[in-house]
Amino acid sequence: MEEKEGSAKKPQYRTYVFVWIGLLMLTWLTVTLSSANVAGLGMITPMAIASAKALLVVSFFMHLKYEKGFFKALVLVPLGVIIVVSWLVYSDVLYRR
Amino acid sequence: MAETLKWNSSGAESFYRTGRGLFSWIFTVDHKRIGILYLCSILSLFVLGVSFGFLMRLELITRPGPFIMSAQTYNSIFTLHGVIMLFLFIIPATPSVFGNFFLPIMIGARDVSFPKLNILSWWFYVAGASIAIYSLVSGWAPPDTGWTFYAPYSLRTGTNVTLGLLAVFVLGLSSILTGINFVTTTHRLRAPGMSWRRLPLFVWTLYATAWVQIIATPVLGVTFVLVMMERVFGIGIFDPAKGGDPIMYQHLFWIYSHPAVYIMILPGMGVISEILPVFSRRTVFGYSAIVYSSLGIAGVGSLVWGHHMFISGYSYTAGVLFSFFTFMVAIPSAIKVFNWVGTMYKGSIKLDPPFLYALAFIFLFSIGGLTGLILGTLSVNVHLHDTYFVVGHFHYVKFGGGGFAFFAGLHYWFPKMFGRLYNKARATVAWFFLFIGFNMLYFPMFILGYEGMPRRYYNYLPQYHGLQVVSIVGSWILVAGLILMFGNLVYALFKGEKAGVNPWGGETLEWRIPSPPPAENFERIPVIEHRPYEYK
Amino acid sequence: MSTNDMDGTDQIRERDYTGAKLGMWLFLFTEVLLFFGPFLLYSVYRYRFGADFHGASRELDLFIGSVNTAILLTSSLTMALSISAMQKGSKGLSVALLFITIALGGVFLANKYQEWMSKIGHGIYPNSQTLLGQSRGRVLFFGLYFFMTGLHGLHVLAGMVVLAFAAVLVITEKITPSDPIKLENAGLYWHLVDVIWIYLFPLFYLVT
Repeated sequence: MEEKEGSAKKPQYRTYVFVWIGLLMLTWLTVTLSSANVAGLGMITPMAIASAKALLVVSFFMHLKYEKGFFKALVLVPLGVIIVVSWLVYSDVLYRR
Repeated sequence: MAETLKWNSSGAESFYRTGRGLFSWIFTVDHKRIGILYLCSILSLFVLGVSFGFLMRLELITRPGPFIMSAQTYNSIFTLHGVIMLFLFIIPATPSVFGNFFLPIMIGARDVSFPKLNILSWWFYVAGASIAIYSLVSGWAPPDTGWTFYAPYSLRTGTNVTLGLLAVFVLGLSSILTGINFVTTTHRLRAPGMSWRRLPLFVWTLYATAWVQIIATPVLGVTFVLVMMERVFGIGIFDPAKGGDPIMYQHLFWIYSHPAVYIMILPGMGVISEILPVFSRRTVFGYSAIVYSSLGIAGVGSLVWGHHMFISGYSYTAGVLFSFFTFMVAIPSAIKVFNWVGTMYKGSIKLDPPFLYALAFIFLFSIGGLTGLILGTLSVNVHLHDTYFVVGHFHYVKFGGGGFAFFAGLHYWFPKMFGRLYNKARATVAWFFLFIGFNMLYFPMFILGYEGMPRRYYNYLPQYHGLQVVSIVGSWILVAGLILMFGNLVYALFKGEKAGVNPWGGETLEWRIPSPPPAENFERIPVIEHRPYEYK
Repeated sequence: MSTNDMDGTDQIRERDYTGAKLGMWLFLFTEVLLFFGPFLLYSVYRYRFGADFHGASRELDLFIGSVNTAILLTSSLTMALSISAMQKGSKGLSVALLFITIALGGVFLANKYQEWMSKIGHGIYPNSQTLLGQSRGRVLFFGLYFFMTGLHGLHVLAGMVVLAFAAVLVITEKITPSDPIKLENAGLYWHLVDVIWIYLFPLFYLVT
């Protein structure tokens, strides 16, 4: 029987609170940037900030940081599919006459 | 020959005897019983689908009609034929029946990882099938959109489309649960020594298929939810009158539904890869090539959906890309055909029924695949799109491929699943009828389509009548073959000779435990010491 | 073999912690792909109707949206803490944190309800005469808004039910510090619902 990898390492309460504060700060940042209407930011900045937040949640709250490489590799499967499928759909949407 | 694993006599009782009564079946968590449940429910719906197809063909025997049904009924019948055959028969058939029954046995496990989810997935299947049948008999009329449910027609028709979509959505849940179960089981429950390179090829194809089920099915699910919401609340996402883009519907639909073709065919290829070595008494030729080509088909096959949309009005750039990937996906498929032929080469071949079905599979699938290349060519597609050529092509792939592989598997594993032998001579005669009937039914469609006969038409020009009649007579022969085949198997169920542990001389694990297998498959989990198909 | 199947199988199968987690992650992938469909539609229509999307987005209440984001992020914190508490053996704390998480989910939904109602009060809902009289981009924006936030809301609701079950299982000792996988999987689901909202928020409230 294998060791219970996930429950063997127990992140501290403190870690979670720090992550939470980080998440709130990022939310504040993205709202402020959008309200200030900084020119030329478009959709890139809010999506980049959202991805940073998602990464925090997935790594710490969802424990992916503490998992074996197998689980990390696994997450790349849907991400890869999303990127490739979007690319192909946009090969239509961007060039449609 | 492989050594039989020891069972003490009391434990070797077959899984059929572990419980009695209806509840011991419909609430079972035994993967073998679930496989049998799927077999019964899927075959009942197959009979329904065949009947619809048969009637649809028959209607065309006179022109301009009506012969036996109105044009509206004809539209509903081809829709229901498609929905039933695809979503209720060929997508679940091989993975849910043989996958459930044999995946755990072949990797040396007692069951799948989540047995309760497994029976839940069968319940979803039954629920989906019931809703599909209910959509037939309730409301103004059954769905008449074709199985593709293309927007904007599917948004506007007054027929029972919403229920039809709900049925497919529920079936999708069933498919997803099976996929999750198979991936987890393959990763976690392999017997000691059963390394990835020792996995039977059927397991490999189930594994690749399960990934496609997990990744692609939700996209179809949410697309159908969107169409349902449009019909109920009119949100306008696909409705051109409200700014929506019906071509986006086609994208989302085919993002699932093209990979679904590989859900239909990949496990079938796995069945063929199991059967050929056994009846050629040779190690499979190019084990790794077959494994990698399975993964390749699952991967590249997910990138070719746009070849259904060449004349939809989407961009030329997309057309070129999708055409390119379509040609690419032919490579792993061809690799498999070479490997199968290579396996038979210089083998000591036994022409038993499973082997004959496997041969028919290779022949029919090759025709289906090669005509797919013709359709994948951009310029030719303009001429052939939505003609009988397409109908012929996908029946060769799905029925000639997926369907015949299912029949092959049925004849190969029948003795193991039911502990009885069937009459080989009758099975061979049935196979002959099926093969002749199939080609008579579908081959004329290539010519009809090339000459310009559009699919889904209730009426047609006089010059197509001759070939239509050939095709219709072919459907009669095919149905006769089906009746003969199932009749022979049902007879064997009651009157067949008892099958021993290993009637075909197979080398994979299922041939080392009693027929039918006992409840927990193995008394002691076996230790695997070599690769499968090691014939001396 | 006189025992029924369910008992027999459970006794013989060893608990597979990693397997259970793997199954949950695979399920989460299906959820991600489920939301991918509407996300893709959103991006395509936003590309086509950028100005309309911009204008329509201004009409959503950024304050409620931001507060709801903070609420859901906080509920993710309490969820993670609940699992930690369970792993460290403090059952009571774990249950309390679970209830806080459920409550925060409820507050999120209540806010969402307010927001929907105010839009509907202004005659903006799918297929309404007001909306159909407006530009196509606005029809699509609000169509997607109602569909995607609605679908997400259903997931929040489902998550609350799952967490309630988890709380019952903790109280009845079916989830224990040595066997916390059901709680961990419930948490994974809750966090995923949070991640989806993290992306929905800028798409609908921060279109600049």
